[in-house]
Amino acid sequence: MLRRRSLLTAVAATAFVPAAPAIVRAADTTGVTDTEIRIGNTMPYSGPASAYGTIGKADAAAFKMANDAGGFAGRKVNFISYDDSYSPPKTVEQVRRLIEQDRVAALFHTLGTPCNTAIVKYVNQKKVPHLFLATGADKWGDYKEHPWTIGWQPSYVTEAQVYAKYMLAQKPDGKIGILYQNDDFGKDYLTGFRDVLKGRWDKVTLASYEVTDATVDSQLVSLQGAGIDVLATIATPKFAAQTIRKVHDMNWKPLHILTGVSVSVGAVMQPAGPEKAVGIVSSAYAKDPTDPAWDNDQGMKDWRAFMAKYYPDGDVKDAGNVIGYGVTHTMLRVLKQCGNDFSRENMLKQATNLKDLENPILLPGIRLNTSPTNYHPIRQLQLMRWNGKTWERFGDLIEGASA
Amino acid sequence: MSGEITAEATEASTSIRTQPSTRARPVPFAVTVIVLAGAVALTFLVSNYHLFQLTMLVGYAVAILGLNIATGYNGQISLGHGAFYAVGAYTAAILMSNFDVPYWATLPIAAIISAIIGFLIGFPALRFTGLYLALTTFALAVAVPQLLKFKGIEDWTGGVQGIVISKPEAPFGLPLNPDQWLYLFSLGVAGLLFLFAWNLIRGRIGRAMMAIRDHALAAEAMGIDLALLKTRTFAVSAMYTGVAGALSAIAVEFVAPDSFTVFVSIFLFVGLVVGGVASITGAIFGAAFIVFIPNIAEQVSKAAPGAIYGVILIAFMYLMPSGVAGLLRRLYHRLVPSSR
Repeated sequence: MLRRRSLLTAVAATAFVPAAPAIVRAADTTGVTDTEIRIGNTMPYSGPASAYGTIGKADAAAFKMANDAGGFAGRKVNFISYDDSYSPPKTVEQVRRLIEQDRVAALFHTLGTPCNTAIVKYVNQKKVPHLFLATGADKWGDYKEHPWTIGWQPSYVTEAQVYAKYMLAQKPDGKIGILYQNDDFGKDYLTGFRDVLKGRWDKVTLASYEVTDATVDSQLVSLQGAGIDVLATIATPKFAAQTIRKVHDMNWKPLHILTGVSVSVGAVMQPAGPEKAVGIVSSAYAKDPTDPAWDNDQGMKDWRAFMAKYYPDGDVKDAGNVIGYGVTHTMLRVLKQCGNDFSRENMLKQATNLKDLENPILLPGIRLNTSPTNYHPIRQLQLMRWNGKTWERFGDLIEGASA
Repeated sequence: MSGEITAEATEASTSIRTQPSTRARPVPFAVTVIVLAGAVALTFLVSNYHLFQLTMLVGYAVAILGLNIATGYNGQISLGHGAFYAVGAYTAAILMSNFDVPYWATLPIAAIISAIIGFLIGFPALRFTGLYLALTTFALAVAVPQLLKFKGIEDWTGGVQGIVISKPEAPFGLPLNPDQWLYLFSLGVAGLLFLFAWNLIRGRIGRAMMAIRDHALAAEAMGIDLALLKTRTFAVSAMYTGVAGALSAIAVEFVAPDSFTVFVSIFLFVGLVVGGVASITGAIFGAAFIVFIPNIAEQVSKAAPGAIYGVILIAFMYLMPSGVAGLLRRLYHRLVPSSR
């Protein structure tokens, strides 16, 4: 009797052995149960940058769409997004809440350069994947300094390098002037210009404005007075529209380069006056929802269908909703690639192992690539010129030389 | 004859002097001890995340107490105390990152620098009263984020990128994690500052401050040096808020211009009014409002957290016109009739 029982025990034990490694995993599977994967996020739903809040809502809607389509290996994504009012101390509080109270598996698309700077050290100490941040700062590509943090969009430095090369090719002897916003956004561009212009950097005329200034008229007048014939405008939409108008009104005709941040047809070109902007050169990596060129594009049709079904309150002219959908598309791909292993290690591994991934909202031909030594998922841009009605893309996709 | 009159007068003034001092005692000693013991016990009862929130709460409480000294007790309305909060925070961060000063040593330095700046700001403040002073200080709060980006000091302030610092470990091998230690440390600092404020308010200087608030001309006629007292009050007030800023910077481990927008000043003012103007304990309730109400508002509605926050704020003001502390004081007097 006794022997038989011990035999049974032995049989039972051997039967359990194969299952054991799957259960006793060394990997960290915090935030993952049999039915859900918890993913955390912070967004400015209130405060000075609350216009960006819609990005978080588009993210949430895109996760809902994926859940409705069946989820991931039997699990649904539980997307927890908190308001940080674009205030770094609040971001720290909310991210600690996400990691310590809600025990999320990963952070995704946290918005804002200062907000992410405040949490990056803590998140890396905790070894929580910090994926596809909503900021264009170049430092998120630094895989040595913070291996758990990875950006998404092309960095401002990359973009500026592309412009600088174009300037040198078009007007090798031009007098270059740069109007920039005096914050991290503007300064990243200066870094990119300096990288390429090298010895000529000292001759560049700089003019800056504060985001709280009323106009940039005086800066433009002084740039024109300095005899500038190559002008780069690194300004947010309101100031970009002012600049286009003022440059036209001053009857000044420089080679005008405009940051890709401010190319929205609805928010910049229309208010400035489409005819006043003819000839301006900029660059893009994503499709503009207000550009009629994409009316019959499959990716944007899918996006419009998504907006109608999952985020009907959202503004279909707001580029933030396009970006939220696009970035979440990448995250969904990472989760698919994870298979049945949603440990933090594997999530990071898959996020840094994307090969020629396509995206419905990126310009045709642009693909995402990451590796353990490449934390800049999107490195390609395409130059484009305003023809008075729409942006005409020209030339090949250009890859930035960013490290 | 004349000697008798003097003696009588002295006696009278003594009785006047002692009367407010007993009345100014808002909370019985036993309650203070219980609250403090409870606050210390929390170190070992709640999670690290909640300890971080409580550390922020302690910081805000000290900042509001500072604001209360100028606004509540001295009648100088300030909408710019976020500036002193920023000065304290940056002082701590710069000293820790550029000069390797230990975190505890940054507090007295932050106190001195904030006090000096507060004193200097206090001078123009002499010429303005009431709403005009509020606007002047508001201008200061608006200017701060840009001043912090100023090129000339970028090597120290880190410009728009700010400064990342490290959270201190518990000293002497105490079995505490950094969150627990920092909470206890902040609590200790706050305890000292509250005691000091309580002593200041119930003493001769505190009465002079309140006299200026209630009737400046009468106060001057009684021999109070208005200019001296008002500027010094502003300096003490700025010092408190500066120390609070330093504590918060150490807790958050990061300072940047975006951390010190004009909203910091507004929230401190909200905390002051919600907690209770001219109340020392009110500062704690005001700080709790600043820390917890935005989270509650967000839980109610993600679409419009600002609107919910506004509704809660209006409800508070409607139900407790003299702040949380005022409500508690009334309840206490009702329950313990002898305390009147």
